[in-house]
Amino acid sequence: MNGLDFSVVADALPYLWKGLQFSLTLTVVAFAAGLVLGVALALVQHLEVPVLSPLAKVYVAIMRSIPLIMVLFWFFFLVPLIIGAMMNSGRPVPIGGLWTAIITFSLFEAAYYSEIIRVGLRSVNKGQYEAAKALSLSTATTYRSIVLPQVFRITSPIILNQTIILFQDTSLVYVLSLTDLTGAASKIAQLNGTLVEMYLFIALVYLVICTSASQLVAVLRKRTRIATTR
Amino acid sequence: MNQSNANTNVVEMIDVCKRYGTFEALKKVNLSVRKGERIIICGPSGSGKSTLIRCINRIEQHDAGSIVVEGQELTGAERDIAKVRREVGMVFQSFNLFPHLTILENCTLAPRRARGLSKAEAEDRAMHYLSKVRIPDQAKKYPGQLSGGQQQRVAIARALCMEPRVMLFDEPTSALDPEMVKEVLDTMIGLAEEGMTMLCVTHEMGFAKQVADRVVFMDGGQKIEEADPQTFFGAPENDRTRAFLQQVLH
Repeated sequence: MNGLDFSVVADALPYLWKGLQFSLTLTVVAFAAGLVLGVALALVQHLEVPVLSPLAKVYVAIMRSIPLIMVLFWFFFLVPLIIGAMMNSGRPVPIGGLWTAIITFSLFEAAYYSEIIRVGLRSVNKGQYEAAKALSLSTATTYRSIVLPQVFRITSPIILNQTIILFQDTSLVYVLSLTDLTGAASKIAQLNGTLVEMYLFIALVYLVICTSASQLVAVLRKRTRIATTR
Repeated sequence: MNQSNANTNVVEMIDVCKRYGTFEALKKVNLSVRKGERIIICGPSGSGKSTLIRCINRIEQHDAGSIVVEGQELTGAERDIAKVRREVGMVFQSFNLFPHLTILENCTLAPRRARGLSKAEAEDRAMHYLSKVRIPDQAKKYPGQLSGGQQQRVAIARALCMEPRVMLFDEPTSALDPEMVKEVLDTMIGLAEEGMTMLCVTHEMGFAKQVADRVVFMDGGQKIEEADPQTFFGAPENDRTRAFLQQVLH
Protein backbone atom coordinates (compact mmCIF):
# COMPACT_ATOMS: atom_id res chain seq x y z
CA MET A 1 0.00 0.00 0.00
CA ASN A 2 1.93 3.01 -1.21
CA GLY A 3 0.22 6.40 -1.18
CA LEU A 4 -3.46 7.07 -1.01
CA ASP A 5 -5.33 8.34 -4.05
CA PHE A 6 -8.12 10.66 -2.95
CA SER A 7 -9.00 11.64 -6.50
CA VAL A 8 -11.35 8.64 -6.57
CA VAL A 9 -13.33 10.28 -3.80
CA ALA A 10 -13.86 13.40 -5.92
CA ASP A 11 -15.05 11.25 -8.80
CA ALA A 12 -17.42 9.36 -6.55
CA LEU A 13 -18.91 12.47 -4.89
CA PRO A 14 -22.18 12.57 -6.88
CA TYR A 15 -22.86 8.91 -6.05
CA LEU A 16 -21.89 9.37 -2.40
CA TRP A 17 -24.15 12.44 -2.22
CA LYS A 18 -27.08 10.33 -3.38
CA GLY A 19 -26.24 7.83 -0.66
CA LEU A 20 -26.04 10.58 1.96
CA GLN A 21 -29.38 11.96 0.80
CA PHE A 22 -30.91 8.55 1.37
CA SER A 23 -29.36 8.31 4.87
CA LEU A 24 -30.65 11.77 5.80
CA THR A 25 -34.12 11.15 4.37
CA LEU A 26 -34.47 7.87 6.23
CA THR A 27 -33.29 9.61 9.43
CA VAL A 28 -35.84 12.42 9.07
CA VAL A 29 -38.75 10.11 8.22
CA ALA A 30 -37.93 7.64 11.01
CA PHE A 31 -37.45 10.57 13.43
CA ALA A 32 -40.84 12.08 12.61
CA ALA A 33 -42.81 8.85 12.54
CA GLY A 34 -40.91 7.41 15.50
CA LEU A 35 -41.48 10.50 17.61
CA VAL A 36 -45.23 10.61 16.91
CA LEU A 37 -45.59 6.91 17.73
CA GLY A 38 -43.19 7.27 20.68
CA VAL A 39 -45.30 10.06 22.20
CA ALA A 40 -48.41 7.90 21.77
CA LEU A 41 -46.69 4.92 23.45
CA ALA A 42 -45.52 7.11 26.32
CA LEU A 43 -48.93 8.74 26.78
CA VAL A 44 -50.91 5.51 26.99
CA GLN A 45 -48.48 4.33 29.68
CA HIS A 46 -48.54 7.67 31.52
CA LEU A 47 -52.34 7.84 31.45
CA GLU A 48 -52.50 4.14 32.38
CA VAL A 49 -54.97 3.43 29.58
CA PRO A 50 -56.35 -0.06 30.19
CA VAL A 51 -55.16 -2.78 27.77
CA LEU A 52 -53.08 -0.33 25.70
CA SER A 53 -50.72 0.55 28.55
CA PRO A 54 -49.42 -3.00 29.19
CA LEU A 55 -49.27 -3.62 25.44
CA ALA A 56 -47.11 -0.51 24.99
CA LYS A 57 -44.87 -1.67 27.82
CA VAL A 58 -44.34 -5.09 26.23
CA TYR A 59 -43.76 -3.55 22.80
CA VAL A 60 -41.09 -1.19 24.13
CA ALA A 61 -39.40 -3.96 26.12
CA ILE A 62 -39.23 -6.26 23.08
CA MET A 63 -37.98 -3.60 20.67
CA ARG A 64 -35.31 -2.48 23.08
CA SER A 65 -33.98 -5.97 23.68
CA ILE A 66 -33.50 -6.99 20.04
CA PRO A 67 -30.63 -5.76 17.84
CA LEU A 68 -31.84 -3.46 15.07
CA ILE A 69 -30.29 -5.62 12.39
CA MET A 70 -32.45 -8.54 13.50
CA VAL A 71 -35.59 -6.42 13.44
CA LEU A 72 -34.69 -5.43 9.88
CA PHE A 73 -34.33 -9.06 8.85
CA TRP A 74 -37.56 -10.00 10.53
CA PHE A 75 -39.55 -7.33 8.81
CA PHE A 76 -37.94 -8.04 5.48
CA PHE A 77 -38.81 -11.74 5.57
CA LEU A 78 -41.80 -11.97 7.91
CA VAL A 79 -43.98 -9.03 6.90
CA PRO A 80 -44.36 -10.27 3.29
CA LEU A 81 -45.42 -13.67 4.68
CA ILE A 82 -47.95 -12.06 7.02
CA ILE A 83 -49.38 -9.81 4.32
CA GLY A 84 -49.54 -12.78 1.99
CA ALA A 85 -51.43 -14.81 4.57
CA MET A 86 -53.79 -11.92 5.34
CA MET A 87 -54.58 -11.42 1.66
CA ASN A 88 -54.97 -15.18 1.16
CA SER A 89 -52.68 -14.97 -1.83
CA GLY A 90 -50.90 -18.18 -0.90
CA ARG A 91 -47.49 -16.60 -1.43
CA PRO A 92 -45.46 -13.85 0.27
CA VAL A 93 -46.17 -10.30 -0.84
CA PRO A 94 -42.83 -8.45 -0.88
CA ILE A 95 -42.92 -4.87 0.40
CA GLY A 96 -39.42 -4.01 -0.79
CA GLY A 97 -36.31 -2.84 1.01
CA LEU A 98 -37.28 0.83 1.18
CA TRP A 99 -40.59 0.28 2.95
CA THR A 100 -38.99 -2.31 5.19
CA ALA A 101 -36.38 0.25 6.18
CA ILE A 102 -38.88 3.08 6.78
CA ILE A 103 -41.29 0.95 8.79
CA THR A 104 -38.61 -0.83 10.81
CA PHE A 105 -36.63 2.27 11.71
CA SER A 106 -39.80 4.16 12.68
CA LEU A 107 -41.09 1.33 14.86
CA PHE A 108 -37.68 0.72 16.41
CA GLU A 109 -36.98 4.37 17.20
CA ALA A 110 -40.51 4.81 18.59
CA ALA A 111 -39.58 2.45 21.44
CA TYR A 112 -36.53 4.54 22.35
CA TYR A 113 -38.30 7.89 21.95
CA SER A 114 -41.21 6.66 24.08
CA GLU A 115 -38.84 5.90 26.97
CA ILE A 116 -37.37 9.40 26.73
CA ILE A 117 -40.83 11.02 26.61
CA ARG A 118 -42.01 8.86 29.51
CA VAL A 119 -39.21 10.14 31.73
CA GLY A 120 -40.01 13.67 30.55
CA LEU A 121 -43.67 13.24 31.47
CA ARG A 122 -42.72 12.19 34.98
CA SER A 123 -40.46 15.20 35.40
CA VAL A 124 -43.25 17.73 34.85
CA ASN A 125 -44.23 19.16 38.22
CA LYS A 126 -47.43 17.82 39.80
CA GLY A 127 -48.57 21.40 40.33
CA GLN A 128 -48.82 21.90 36.57
CA TYR A 129 -51.44 19.17 36.31
CA GLU A 130 -53.29 20.57 39.34
CA ALA A 131 -53.32 24.09 37.90
CA ALA A 132 -54.69 22.72 34.63
CA LYS A 133 -57.43 20.86 36.51
CA ALA A 134 -58.29 23.90 38.59
CA LEU A 135 -58.68 25.90 35.36
CA SER A 136 -61.11 23.28 34.05
CA LEU A 137 -58.88 22.35 31.12
CA SER A 138 -59.63 19.04 29.43
CA THR A 139 -57.08 16.21 29.52
CA ALA A 140 -56.36 16.73 25.81
CA THR A 141 -55.71 20.46 26.25
CA THR A 142 -53.65 19.82 29.37
CA TYR A 143 -51.30 17.49 27.54
CA ARG A 144 -51.23 19.39 24.24
CA SER A 145 -50.81 22.91 25.59
CA ILE A 146 -49.16 22.47 28.97
CA VAL A 147 -47.49 19.11 29.56
CA LEU A 148 -46.03 18.08 26.19
CA PRO A 149 -44.44 21.46 25.36
CA GLN A 150 -42.61 21.25 28.68
CA VAL A 151 -41.66 17.61 28.06
CA PHE A 152 -40.17 18.46 24.65
CA ARG A 153 -38.30 21.34 26.17
CA ILE A 154 -36.81 19.13 28.88
CA THR A 155 -36.06 16.16 26.63
CA SER A 156 -34.95 17.84 23.39
CA PRO A 157 -31.21 17.27 24.03
CA ILE A 158 -31.80 13.55 24.71
CA ILE A 159 -34.11 13.22 21.71
CA LEU A 160 -31.51 14.81 19.48
CA ASN A 161 -28.87 12.50 20.90
CA GLN A 162 -31.02 9.48 20.08
CA THR A 163 -31.50 10.87 16.57
CA ILE A 164 -27.72 11.06 16.08
CA ILE A 165 -27.56 7.37 16.92
CA LEU A 166 -30.43 6.77 14.50
CA PHE A 167 -28.50 8.55 11.75
CA GLN A 168 -25.50 6.28 12.34
CA ASP A 169 -27.73 3.20 12.46
CA THR A 170 -29.16 3.93 9.01
CA SER A 171 -25.94 2.41 7.64
CA LEU A 172 -27.46 -0.97 8.53
CA VAL A 173 -29.75 -0.78 5.49
CA TYR A 174 -26.99 -2.43 3.49
CA VAL A 175 -28.51 -5.74 4.64
CA LEU A 176 -31.60 -4.77 2.62
CA SER A 177 -29.47 -3.99 -0.45
CA LEU A 178 -30.29 -0.31 -0.13
CA THR A 179 -27.63 2.26 -0.89
CA ASP A 180 -27.05 4.77 1.86
CA LEU A 181 -23.81 6.70 2.41
CA THR A 182 -21.93 3.68 3.75
CA GLY A 183 -23.38 1.42 1.08
CA ALA A 184 -22.42 3.82 -1.71
CA ALA A 185 -18.87 4.13 -0.40
CA SER A 186 -18.50 0.41 0.01
CA LYS A 187 -19.68 -0.32 -3.53
CA ILE A 188 -17.21 2.10 -5.07
CA ALA A 189 -14.45 0.91 -2.76
CA GLN A 190 -14.91 -2.67 -3.88
CA LEU A 191 -15.15 -1.70 -7.55
CA ASN A 192 -11.83 0.12 -7.74
CA GLY A 193 -10.05 -1.16 -4.66
CA THR A 194 -9.95 2.12 -2.75
CA LEU A 195 -11.22 0.81 0.55
CA VAL A 196 -9.01 3.00 2.74
CA GLU A 197 -9.75 6.24 0.92
CA MET A 198 -13.50 5.70 0.72
CA TYR A 199 -13.94 4.56 4.32
CA LEU A 200 -11.71 7.35 5.59
CA PHE A 201 -13.73 9.89 3.66
CA ILE A 202 -17.18 8.74 4.80
CA ALA A 203 -15.92 8.43 8.37
CA LEU A 204 -15.05 12.12 8.08
CA VAL A 205 -18.54 12.89 6.74
CA TYR A 206 -20.19 11.06 9.67
CA LEU A 207 -17.82 12.81 12.06
CA VAL A 208 -18.68 16.28 10.75
CA ILE A 209 -22.44 15.69 10.74
CA CYS A 210 -22.54 14.05 14.18
CA THR A 211 -20.26 16.54 15.91
CA SER A 212 -22.27 19.45 14.51
CA ALA A 213 -25.42 17.80 15.82
CA SER A 214 -23.73 17.23 19.19
CA GLN A 215 -22.89 20.93 19.32
CA LEU A 216 -26.59 21.58 18.83
CA VAL A 217 -27.29 19.22 21.74
CA ALA A 218 -24.92 21.24 23.92
CA VAL A 219 -26.68 24.47 22.96
CA LEU A 220 -30.09 22.92 23.69
CA ARG A 221 -28.89 21.65 27.07
CA LYS A 222 -27.73 25.10 28.01
CA ARG A 223 -31.00 26.61 26.93
CA THR A 224 -33.17 24.11 28.83
CA ARG A 225 -31.04 24.67 31.91
CA ILE A 226 -31.71 28.40 31.74
CA ALA A 227 -35.39 27.77 31.15
CA THR A 228 -35.75 25.59 34.22
CA THR A 229 -33.68 27.63 36.65
CA ARG A 230 -35.07 31.05 35.83
CA MET B 1 -71.50 40.13 53.45
CA ASN B 2 -74.22 40.58 50.88
CA GLN B 3 -77.39 40.30 52.98
CA SER B 4 -79.80 39.88 50.07
CA ASN B 5 -78.03 36.70 49.09
CA ALA B 6 -77.37 35.56 52.61
CA ASN B 7 -79.34 32.36 52.13
CA THR B 8 -77.59 31.24 48.97
CA ASN B 9 -74.95 28.71 49.81
CA VAL B 10 -72.22 28.75 47.22
CA VAL B 11 -70.43 25.80 48.80
CA GLU B 12 -72.11 23.16 50.95
CA MET B 13 -69.98 20.39 52.41
CA ILE B 14 -71.72 17.68 54.45
CA ASP B 15 -69.90 14.97 56.40
CA VAL B 16 -66.96 15.05 54.00
CA CYS B 17 -64.39 12.30 54.58
CA LYS B 18 -61.08 11.75 52.89
CA ARG B 19 -58.44 9.16 53.60
CA TYR B 20 -55.00 8.43 52.23
CA GLY B 21 -54.52 4.73 52.84
CA THR B 22 -55.17 4.35 56.55
CA PHE B 23 -54.61 8.02 57.33
CA GLU B 24 -57.85 9.94 57.78
CA ALA B 25 -57.24 13.40 56.34
CA LEU B 26 -60.83 14.60 56.78
CA LYS B 27 -63.29 13.19 59.31
CA LYS B 28 -66.90 14.18 58.64
CA VAL B 29 -66.28 17.85 58.00
CA ASN B 30 -69.25 20.18 57.49
CA LEU B 31 -68.89 23.63 56.00
CA SER B 32 -71.31 26.06 54.36
CA VAL B 33 -70.19 29.14 52.54
CA ARG B 34 -72.68 31.83 51.61
CA LYS B 35 -72.29 34.12 48.63
CA GLY B 36 -69.82 36.91 49.32
CA GLU B 37 -68.46 35.31 52.49
CA ARG B 38 -64.77 35.31 53.30
CA ILE B 39 -63.72 32.21 55.21
CA ILE B 40 -60.26 31.80 56.65
CA ILE B 41 -59.16 28.26 57.42
CA CYS B 42 -56.23 27.77 59.76
CA GLY B 43 -54.68 24.97 61.74
CA PRO B 44 -51.40 23.13 62.26
CA SER B 45 -49.77 21.36 59.32
CA GLY B 46 -51.39 18.04 58.53
CA SER B 47 -54.70 19.20 59.98
CA GLY B 48 -56.51 18.68 56.67
CA LYS B 49 -57.12 22.34 55.86
CA SER B 50 -55.53 22.18 52.39
CA THR B 51 -57.22 18.86 51.67
CA LEU B 52 -60.56 20.44 52.58
CA ILE B 53 -60.39 23.22 50.01
CA ARG B 54 -58.77 20.97 47.41
CA CYS B 55 -61.87 18.76 47.62
CA ILE B 56 -64.07 21.69 46.60
CA ASN B 57 -62.73 21.68 43.02
CA ARG B 58 -61.89 17.99 43.14
CA ILE B 59 -58.14 18.32 42.95
CA GLU B 60 -58.59 15.76 45.72
CA GLN B 61 -61.44 13.30 45.56
CA HIS B 62 -63.52 12.93 48.74
CA ASP B 63 -64.41 9.40 49.84
CA ALA B 64 -67.69 10.03 51.62
CA GLY B 65 -70.16 12.80 52.30
CA SER B 66 -71.38 15.33 49.78
CA ILE B 67 -70.03 18.52 48.28
CA VAL B 68 -72.34 20.88 46.40
CA VAL B 69 -70.91 23.90 44.61
CA GLU B 70 -73.28 26.45 43.05
CA GLY B 71 -76.05 23.85 43.13
CA GLN B 72 -73.93 21.23 41.41
CA GLU B 73 -73.07 18.12 43.40
CA LEU B 74 -69.58 16.75 42.86
CA THR B 75 -69.98 13.16 41.77
CA GLY B 76 -67.58 11.16 39.64
CA ALA B 77 -69.11 12.51 36.41
CA GLU B 78 -66.55 14.37 34.32
CA ARG B 79 -69.09 16.91 33.08
CA ASP B 80 -70.12 17.87 36.62
CA ILE B 81 -66.50 18.22 37.66
CA ALA B 82 -65.71 20.47 34.68
CA LYS B 83 -68.81 22.57 35.46
CA VAL B 84 -67.75 23.07 39.07
CA ARG B 85 -64.15 23.83 38.13
CA ARG B 86 -65.23 26.57 35.75
CA GLU B 87 -66.90 28.35 38.67
CA VAL B 88 -64.11 27.83 41.20
CA GLY B 89 -60.78 29.63 40.93
CA MET B 90 -57.73 28.38 42.77
CA VAL B 91 -54.45 29.93 43.83
CA PHE B 92 -51.67 27.58 44.93
CA GLN B 93 -48.83 27.94 47.40
CA SER B 94 -46.26 27.35 44.64
CA PHE B 95 -48.02 29.56 42.01
CA ASN B 96 -48.03 26.78 39.39
CA LEU B 97 -47.84 29.18 36.48
CA PHE B 98 -47.11 27.55 33.13
CA PRO B 99 -43.39 28.32 32.64
CA HIS B 100 -43.35 27.94 28.84
CA LEU B 101 -46.16 30.44 28.31
CA THR B 102 -46.06 34.23 28.65
CA ILE B 103 -48.01 35.92 31.44
CA LEU B 104 -50.69 36.88 28.91
CA GLU B 105 -50.90 33.32 27.54
CA ASN B 106 -51.11 31.95 31.09
CA CYS B 107 -54.18 34.13 31.57
CA THR B 108 -55.87 33.49 28.21
CA LEU B 109 -55.43 29.72 27.83
CA ALA B 110 -58.29 28.58 30.07
CA PRO B 111 -60.82 31.28 29.09
CA ARG B 112 -60.25 30.34 25.44
CA ARG B 113 -60.27 26.57 25.87
CA ALA B 114 -62.71 26.08 28.74
CA ARG B 115 -64.95 29.14 28.30
CA GLY B 116 -64.78 29.43 24.52
CA LEU B 117 -63.69 33.06 24.38
CA SER B 118 -62.03 34.39 21.24
CA LYS B 119 -58.35 35.35 21.39
CA ALA B 120 -59.20 39.06 21.41
CA GLU B 121 -61.86 38.70 24.12
CA ALA B 122 -59.57 36.57 26.26
CA GLU B 123 -56.70 39.06 25.89
CA ASP B 124 -58.93 42.01 26.79
CA ARG B 125 -60.12 40.17 29.86
CA ALA B 126 -56.56 39.13 30.79
CA MET B 127 -55.30 42.72 30.55
CA HIS B 128 -58.23 43.87 32.69
CA TYR B 129 -57.35 41.47 35.49
CA LEU B 130 -53.59 41.96 35.10
CA SER B 131 -54.25 45.70 35.60
CA LYS B 132 -56.30 44.84 38.64
CA VAL B 133 -53.37 42.98 40.21
CA ARG B 134 -51.18 45.90 39.04
CA ILE B 135 -48.85 44.12 36.60
CA PRO B 136 -50.20 44.82 33.11
CA ASP B 137 -46.71 45.86 32.00
CA GLN B 138 -45.39 42.31 32.53
CA ALA B 139 -47.84 40.65 30.13
CA LYS B 140 -45.24 39.74 27.50
CA LYS B 141 -42.75 38.25 29.98
CA TYR B 142 -42.37 34.66 31.10
CA PRO B 143 -43.10 33.56 34.70
CA GLY B 144 -39.41 32.88 35.35
CA GLN B 145 -38.63 36.56 34.76
CA LEU B 146 -40.94 37.72 37.56
CA SER B 147 -40.50 37.88 41.34
CA GLY B 148 -42.42 35.47 43.57
CA GLY B 149 -44.91 38.14 44.59
CA GLN B 150 -45.51 39.12 40.99
CA GLN B 151 -45.94 35.47 39.99
CA GLN B 152 -48.53 34.93 42.68
CA ARG B 153 -50.43 38.03 41.58
CA VAL B 154 -50.41 36.65 38.03
CA ALA B 155 -51.76 33.38 39.42
CA ILE B 156 -54.61 35.34 41.04
CA ALA B 157 -55.29 37.18 37.76
CA ARG B 158 -55.18 33.88 35.86
CA ALA B 159 -57.84 32.41 38.14
CA LEU B 160 -59.97 35.58 37.93
CA CYS B 161 -59.91 35.45 34.12
CA MET B 162 -62.30 32.50 34.36
CA GLU B 163 -64.66 34.86 36.27
CA PRO B 164 -65.28 32.29 39.01
CA ARG B 165 -67.98 32.50 41.69
CA VAL B 166 -65.62 31.30 44.41
CA MET B 167 -61.90 31.70 44.92
CA LEU B 168 -59.83 29.16 46.82
CA PHE B 169 -56.45 30.16 48.19
CA ASP B 170 -54.15 27.40 49.38
CA GLU B 171 -51.50 29.08 51.56
CA PRO B 172 -50.93 31.77 48.92
CA THR B 173 -48.17 33.56 50.82
CA SER B 174 -46.30 30.63 52.38
CA ALA B 175 -43.74 30.28 49.56
CA LEU B 176 -43.05 34.00 49.34
CA ASP B 177 -40.14 36.04 50.64
CA PRO B 178 -41.38 38.15 53.57
CA GLU B 179 -41.14 41.43 51.67
CA MET B 180 -43.50 40.11 49.01
CA VAL B 181 -46.27 38.90 51.29
CA LYS B 182 -47.91 42.31 51.57
CA GLU B 183 -48.39 42.89 47.83
CA VAL B 184 -50.21 39.56 47.53
CA LEU B 185 -52.33 40.11 50.64
CA ASP B 186 -53.25 43.61 49.42
CA THR B 187 -54.46 42.10 46.16
CA MET B 188 -56.56 39.61 48.10
CA ILE B 189 -57.98 42.32 50.36
CA GLY B 190 -58.99 44.25 47.23
CA LEU B 191 -60.76 41.16 45.96
CA ALA B 192 -62.53 40.63 49.28
CA GLU B 193 -63.74 44.24 49.32
CA GLU B 194 -65.35 43.70 45.93
CA GLY B 195 -67.48 40.94 47.41
CA MET B 196 -65.72 37.86 46.04
CA THR B 197 -66.62 34.66 47.87
CA MET B 198 -63.32 33.41 49.24
CA LEU B 199 -61.95 30.43 51.12
CA CYS B 200 -58.40 30.94 52.21
CA VAL B 201 -56.02 28.60 53.98
CA THR B 202 -53.42 30.81 55.62
CA HIS B 203 -51.30 31.47 58.67
CA GLU B 204 -51.57 35.25 58.15
CA MET B 205 -53.67 36.02 61.22
CA GLY B 206 -53.55 39.78 60.65
CA PHE B 207 -55.12 39.20 57.26
CA ALA B 208 -57.70 36.92 58.86
CA LYS B 209 -58.69 39.59 61.37
CA GLN B 210 -58.97 42.17 58.62
CA VAL B 211 -61.07 40.36 56.02
CA ALA B 212 -62.64 37.23 57.50
CA ASP B 213 -66.36 36.85 58.06
CA ARG B 214 -65.63 33.55 59.74
CA VAL B 215 -62.51 31.75 60.87
CA VAL B 216 -62.39 27.96 60.82
CA PHE B 217 -59.84 26.12 62.93
CA MET B 218 -58.96 22.57 61.94
CA ASP B 219 -56.91 19.91 63.67
CA GLY B 220 -56.54 16.17 63.06
CA GLY B 221 -58.88 16.22 60.06
CA GLN B 222 -61.74 17.76 62.03
CA LYS B 223 -63.30 21.18 62.23
CA ILE B 224 -62.55 22.15 65.85
CA GLU B 225 -63.93 25.64 65.98
CA GLU B 226 -65.74 28.08 63.72
CA ALA B 227 -66.44 31.65 64.73
CA ASP B 228 -66.38 35.29 63.64
CA PRO B 229 -62.92 36.85 63.98
CA GLN B 230 -63.74 38.79 67.21
CA THR B 231 -64.86 35.66 69.01
CA PHE B 232 -62.20 33.47 67.43
CA PHE B 233 -59.27 35.67 68.36
CA GLY B 234 -60.79 37.24 71.49
CA ALA B 235 -62.44 34.29 73.21
CA PRO B 236 -61.66 30.96 71.54
CA GLU B 237 -63.66 28.12 73.12
CA ASN B 238 -61.43 25.15 72.45
CA ASP B 239 -58.13 24.39 74.19
CA ARG B 240 -56.51 23.30 70.96
CA THR B 241 -57.52 26.58 69.31
CA ARG B 242 -56.01 28.53 72.20
CA ALA B 243 -52.77 26.54 72.01
CA PHE B 244 -52.56 27.11 68.26
CA LEU B 245 -53.25 30.82 68.53
CA GLN B 246 -50.60 31.22 71.21
CA GLN B 247 -48.06 29.70 68.83
CA VAL B 248 -48.95 31.73 65.75
CA LEU B 249 -49.69 35.06 67.38
CA HIS B 250 -46.69 35.15 69.78
